[in-house]
Amino acid sequence: MFFLYPLGSILRAALDGSVLLDERTWVVVRRALGFTLYQAALSTLFTLLVGLPLAYLFARYRFPLRSLWRIAVAIPFMLPTVVVAAGFNAWLGDRGWVNLTLMRAFGLPEAPIPFSGTLTAIVTAHVFYNTTLIVRILAYTLEHMDPRLEQAARVLGADGWRVFWHITLPLLRPALLAAASLVFLFDFTSFGVILLLGGPQFATLEVEIYVQGVHMLNLSLAALLSVVQLLCTAALSFLYGRLLAQVIAPIAPRPAEVNLRTPCRWAERAFVGLMVLLLIALFVLPMVSVPIRSVARLEAARGERGEIRYGLTADYYRELFINRRGSLFYVPPLQAARNSLLFALLTVLLSLALGIPAAVALSRQNVWARRMDVLWMLPLGVSGVTLGLGFLLAFRRAVAFPGLVPLAHTLIALPLVIRTLQPALVSIPSHLRQAARVLGASPWRAWWRVEWPILRRAVLAAAAFAFTVSLGEFGATLLLTRPEYPTLPVAIYRFLSQPGGLNYGQAMAMTTILMLLTAAGVLLLERLRMPGSQF
Amino acid sequence: MLEVIDIHKTYAGEPLLRGVSFHVDQGETVCLLGPSGSGKSTLLRIIAGLEAPEGGRVCWQGEDITHRPPHLRRMGLVFQDYALFPHLNVAENVAFGLRMQGWPPAARAERVREVLAQVKLSGFENRRVTELSGGEQQRVALARALAPRPCVLMFDEALGSLDRALREELLEDLRRLLHSSDVAAIYVTHDQEEAAAIADRILILHEGKIVRSGPPAQLWENPGHLWAAQFLGVGNVLFGRWRAGSDHPLVETDQGTFPLVCSHAHADGETIAAVLRPTKVEAVDGAGDLCVRVVDVVFQQERFKVYLENGWYVYLPRPPSPGTVLSLRLQMDAIQCLGDGR
Repeated sequence: MFFLYPLGSILRAALDGSVLLDERTWVVVRRALGFTLYQAALSTLFTLLVGLPLAYLFARYRFPLRSLWRIAVAIPFMLPTVVVAAGFNAWLGDRGWVNLTLMRAFGLPEAPIPFSGTLTAIVTAHVFYNTTLIVRILAYTLEHMDPRLEQAARVLGADGWRVFWHITLPLLRPALLAAASLVFLFDFTSFGVILLLGGPQFATLEVEIYVQGVHMLNLSLAALLSVVQLLCTAALSFLYGRLLAQVIAPIAPRPAEVNLRTPCRWAERAFVGLMVLLLIALFVLPMVSVPIRSVARLEAARGERGEIRYGLTADYYRELFINRRGSLFYVPPLQAARNSLLFALLTVLLSLALGIPAAVALSRQNVWARRMDVLWMLPLGVSGVTLGLGFLLAFRRAVAFPGLVPLAHTLIALPLVIRTLQPALVSIPSHLRQAARVLGASPWRAWWRVEWPILRRAVLAAAAFAFTVSLGEFGATLLLTRPEYPTLPVAIYRFLSQPGGLNYGQAMAMTTILMLLTAAGVLLLERLRMPGSQF
Repeated sequence: MLEVIDIHKTYAGEPLLRGVSFHVDQGETVCLLGPSGSGKSTLLRIIAGLEAPEGGRVCWQGEDITHRPPHLRRMGLVFQDYALFPHLNVAENVAFGLRMQGWPPAARAERVREVLAQVKLSGFENRRVTELSGGEQQRVALARALAPRPCVLMFDEALGSLDRALREELLEDLRRLLHSSDVAAIYVTHDQEEAAAIADRILILHEGKIVRSGPPAQLWENPGHLWAAQFLGVGNVLFGRWRAGSDHPLVETDQGTFPLVCSHAHADGETIAAVLRPTKVEAVDGAGDLCVRVVDVVFQQERFKVYLENGWYVYLPRPPSPGTVLSLRLQMDAIQCLGDGR
């Protein structure tokens, strides 16, 4: 009900005749759709260009700190969009490390590297975000590929390049297409990155929905855009599902180690070295920039005159506790952190309460389970902004109710929670439980002694998943949240869009806190990962 | 001529190959025989260039090719589970090596047809390799290795995953094919019968070294090495003391003292290993060389394998009942010396 009803409301609002017949409506829709497709295609292309060599690196070579680098690639996907945006801002943005250092060194009045507000920024952040997906899917396929196929080709007279071109790449193609379509889907529905790094002038469908719905209050047009968006994501998800089915599961998977080798020839060493440099530039620096920037004073606070004290400072963190402006709507940043945690905990409870019974029902193998499966996975394809808009339209009278935010978060987290629980449930053979019953355990004791210990890890992992999703959610929250109950991402967005070194520093400080919270969730998740879970 | 000279290789810190040397002549089929884990596959991979040896050389026609990358060696390798390219059809698989060598398409198609006919797969050109049976896949793998006319053809347990009947059929085809061509072939297996059926010469690999080599018949006739005799399963291995007899040497065991066939002279009383051929024993009425109780009898087409209480087995034309005591007479050449038992 909390999902289908808002969707229905969107549909109803979109079928507004005056908007549908208006020439200008379709200009907006066409432009937004066109640009969305363009930026998604561009981002996907570059993500592939970065991800394919990285996947090859991880699947084939032994090199120092290999597993650590792999985690560095895996983290971005779990990071909240605001953190990613803030990270690139702190590194390459107008007020980021590189630009401020260059300005100071050469006495430039303006930032020499244009980054904020460019398409480059959007594409770079998307690459940062989604390379994980490419690496995960492709490295898995590459690792479990039969090494003899490549060896057979070499003995038959193919040199390194031709082995890759004639054998490795064709074998990789199904996985490559599946990964690319998934990345395209994520780029297509991206919101926070585009709004924060690009700005409202980069009107993708998502941004346009937000602008029309919140700033222009043109709810019908926003709803129409949402419908267009839903149709596109549905088509893309369908395509992805078809492509994924083609990824041939290796009949007898080989241990990943058989494909690993130590780079010997200079060309191999150069490749590994180059890739590690790329890893540092693209994955480590943006993440490291934020915490460093949050304790470094590099520019003047707003209104500050005279000598600027450069150097290390804890001011930005101290400022988080002070209400400087005494504004009515001003909410201390610490309050935002408390809101975020509260919402996240509520989301965890709600999504587990809904997710566990749903997963149990789905693990029974029958026709209904499969149909329901599709229904439960639907929110995955619906973007946060669309969901937020749906909630706005459906519960107009209850908008003041802050509980809407965790509800929306629950809907977003639910598919992931179910997908995490399901493999664990399926992995429990039914005769295990029967054995316990025959041995004299009551139904309750059988569940407690046999199933719960197996499920416990999966439930914890699902909880960690819901927690991180809720902490970082930006799109739906931005539409739904009341000014007096901002979450951390929303607060960071507000601080980032205000001038002055102090605000910027505080944004960085809060981003650091959000990063640490998310990192805790991700670490927990990685430690609890069930073999065979899909995310 | 392919020469392998003093190859050394360690695996996981343990020495695997400890100075292996041998050569293969043009047109000759050599079989590397050894138990699994003896390093025979590694040796093949070193010859193919897929792995580098830690010591030693590989030479082709006198030229050192140890450091030549695999794609420039012009060798053919048939893998145990075939390693056919799943995204290519039969003809494309077979043509792969030709394509890499830059053959023009027409010549390629002609050669593919020719080789497929050789392996009895004419008309299979457009089939998907994933749809073929094990035996057919094996033939495609052979055709793929043969097509570019390699100078050395190698088989890595190539028939290992097929059932017995199919294996024998393929072995027969492969034998004719190899004998009618002048390619140098190396066939790796752990199966004694397979090795005997296909090889001009067998090399027995044990503890990283080649302990015996020779034509199959000669090896079975005279294993000359304790481990080789056990591995080939030529008969009952026994230990005893060497005694100089009046006109021929004797071996003194705890079962009795028997005549011994021995080419070397040993010190009197020296401990030796010997092999008792199970076919050179007959059951007699009255007194024989040895009296022993029958434990079990197994029917084997034209003979009966009779297990005895002392741990030996013999082949007899008529089955005794288990539990009876047999009187056995050994032929003069029944027991053969295997050296000092090390």
